[in-house]
Amino acid sequence: MTTAHAEAVNGTLPHEPEKATLEGRNKVLAFWLFLGGEAVLFGTLFATFLALRNQTNEGPSANELFHLPLVAAATFLLLVSSLTSVFAIQAMHRNRPALLRSWLLVTVVLGAAFLGLEIYEFSEYVRHEEFGMTTSAFSSAFYTLVGFHGAHVAFGILWISVLIGQLVRKGLTVVTAPKIYVSAMYWHFIDVVWVFIFTVVYLLGKVG
Amino acid sequence: MDWLTTVDHKKIAILYLWAGGLFFGIGGLEAILIRIQLIKPMNTFLDAQTFNELITMHGTTMIFLGVMPVIFALMNAVIPLQIGARDVAFPFLNALGFWTFLFGGILLNLSWIMGGAPDAGWTSYTPLSTTTYSATHGVDFYTIGLQIAGLGTLIGGINFLATIITMRAPGMSYMRMPMFAWTTFITSAIILFAFPAITVGLVLLTFDRILGANFFEVGGGGNPVLWQHIFWIFGHPEVYILILPAFGIISEVIPTFARKRLFGYSSMVFATILIAFLGFMVWAHHMFTTGLGPVANALFSVSTMLIAVPTGIKIFNWLFTMWGGQVRFTTPNLFAVGFIPTFTMGGVTGVMLASAPADFQFHDTYFVVAHFHYVIVGGLVLGLFAGLHYWWPKMFGRMLGEGLGKWTFWTFIIGFHMTFFVQHFLGLMGMQRRVFTYLPNQQFDLLNLISTIGAGLMGVGMLFFLANIFLTSRKPADAANDPWEDGRTLEWTIPSPPPEYNFKQTPLVRGIDAFWKEKTAGHKGMTPSEPVGSIHMPSATILPFLMSVGIFIAGLGFMFSRDTFSSEALSFLFNNYIVTGLGLLITFGSMLMRSLYDDHGWHIEPEELEGR
Repeated sequence: MTTAHAEAVNGTLPHEPEKATLEGRNKVLAFWLFLGGEAVLFGTLFATFLALRNQTNEGPSANELFHLPLVAAATFLLLVSSLTSVFAIQAMHRNRPALLRSWLLVTVVLGAAFLGLEIYEFSEYVRHEEFGMTTSAFSSAFYTLVGFHGAHVAFGILWISVLIGQLVRKGLTVVTAPKIYVSAMYWHFIDVVWVFIFTVVYLLGKVG
Repeated sequence: MDWLTTVDHKKIAILYLWAGGLFFGIGGLEAILIRIQLIKPMNTFLDAQTFNELITMHGTTMIFLGVMPVIFALMNAVIPLQIGARDVAFPFLNALGFWTFLFGGILLNLSWIMGGAPDAGWTSYTPLSTTTYSATHGVDFYTIGLQIAGLGTLIGGINFLATIITMRAPGMSYMRMPMFAWTTFITSAIILFAFPAITVGLVLLTFDRILGANFFEVGGGGNPVLWQHIFWIFGHPEVYILILPAFGIISEVIPTFARKRLFGYSSMVFATILIAFLGFMVWAHHMFTTGLGPVANALFSVSTMLIAVPTGIKIFNWLFTMWGGQVRFTTPNLFAVGFIPTFTMGGVTGVMLASAPADFQFHDTYFVVAHFHYVIVGGLVLGLFAGLHYWWPKMFGRMLGEGLGKWTFWTFIIGFHMTFFVQHFLGLMGMQRRVFTYLPNQQFDLLNLISTIGAGLMGVGMLFFLANIFLTSRKPADAANDPWEDGRTLEWTIPSPPPEYNFKQTPLVRGIDAFWKEKTAGHKGMTPSEPVGSIHMPSATILPFLMSVGIFIAGLGFMFSRDTFSSEALSFLFNNYIVTGLGLLITFGSMLMRSLYDDHGWHIEPEELEGR
């Protein structure tokens, strides 16, 4: 088993390199479990937001605050980045490291653009609408939920960037493949969370 | 130094045991101080503020830092052995989980010397725990300390789930796993789905207190009852995180010393799953008096009472296991047999509390205190004592003394019932919990005196246990592979303590109670499932320790980020989040190192295994 491991590291890459070793399979499994925990984490944040979303304390309400075109653009960027991370995994399965690196890079750039829009949105609220963390229960819940998601995006950007660096140095092996696979899982997860944020926070905020 | 870098599950188990034991001792001393204050009416031994800090820290320390690490110690020591694995799925994460727990616990306990301990009760209900009513840093130590410690628990939970799913020896199907492995599996699943809720709750409370957010501030539109919901959505599953491992231990100890297989194995498995599932459905029974309305109260009453069904199944299965068996009353079995009636009493008062109209009378009285001490001390702690005496020879290679063990059992269990049985009646007579003193001549005096004497007796029991450990540690490590001679599961097939690779050859499992099955077939040991070969081991590393130090520094930095210090330089460092940033830099830097430098591990070759 250990010699098979060494062959896999140095020799030809198996078809699904992320599942070629026990370490890799364990990593993918544990990451699914971790995402289960993350789902509870965001679920609790969503529940908190839903409980407090009309408690504006005479500050700005969701309807006054949100501009859907900006949020729609951010949503578009993040959804496309999820698609490009699928392309990256497909490139990995076809054993084309250069293509894999390119798609990962596109994913990171799209994620960074999303994060830029979010930072711009937050700073607009703080500067022009007097809508800060301390304004109301609604504002606290908004910044905490959306900010937690934003922090996840930021971490994902750093993580995938480090992985691109590893791909350049070490190439695509049975050690790097599971890392890339779980980072793609993570990226899809924060994408799904954003779909819920877009619906529950922004769309619901606009209608009432 | 070896201990700082180890990734061996057996050594991590011992680290968990010593750290958990230390915090258990601290929590125990806090309990003794509380009982001394309550020994007579209008006592002036402690002032009200100190009393509040003591009850808060007693509860928090015992639950999060005392019993949970000891549970993790037993899981770490036993689970890989029971499922026939050479280690857990993620040895690195295992070490990380321990160190984050330890530094979280240290941070929480630093509050005693850094401006006052938390004083809002172990549940830290808002608005009592907001800055308005709790102005010191006490509750910040609570939120951030528990956050860090909770991270460690979550990591441990994911690790055990993955370990049990993927690392079982050939032939060990799910329905052949020992019950302790099953309860560990289910407990880990509860940890995975319950701990993120308290993570969020603690973040929200931290933001309210440090960043001025309004989650629980009525003045800003917040809702204090929201805290109770979030806390108990975590908090109720937490009590099953505590008790299920004890059920597992009892299910190992009783069959061993009855020389009979566990009665109703599959019903035990499904009862465990059912308890875990129902455990998530009952959180609002802690909140009957907050005004949820009759429909919600009725639903949560019924779902709570339902839990008595699978729990009752377990109680009867243990009794039927002993029925007709050749029962030997060794120390572990004494604790296990003592567990059954004691825990049942706690379960019965639980059903009483589940009835919402009755709960309006019991709420926040000593009846509740008596109930949860019966399930946690009379249930879990007796279970842990059973498990520690049972697996001590496997962990350390030395049998604990039977004589002192029996003294431990009798003093502890008599002291326990003296302390808490009378508290049922104190509660029914109207004595409120969390009050630091009471007026004379309300018929509380005698019962409180009895309760305090009982607490002292429990303390004596602990001293017997410590003496037993000390005397045992001076004896030679000569325990046999199967020191109880009736071992049924895989951990008894290998030396005590096991070599670092556990199994020279991974065993082949042919049924429930794999070792017992081989014994009854006349075999001396297990049939191997592989030839002797080179064994891959993970490398020791300091990174888990460094990551935890980083989080610890970041937590302290964040906590004091709004304070003004006497020295300008300190104020600058803290107020601009430089300390926090530095801590996070250490943690993320260590994570980066872990990612960049592959751990290829090392091998133990067959020649080295010869003669072992």
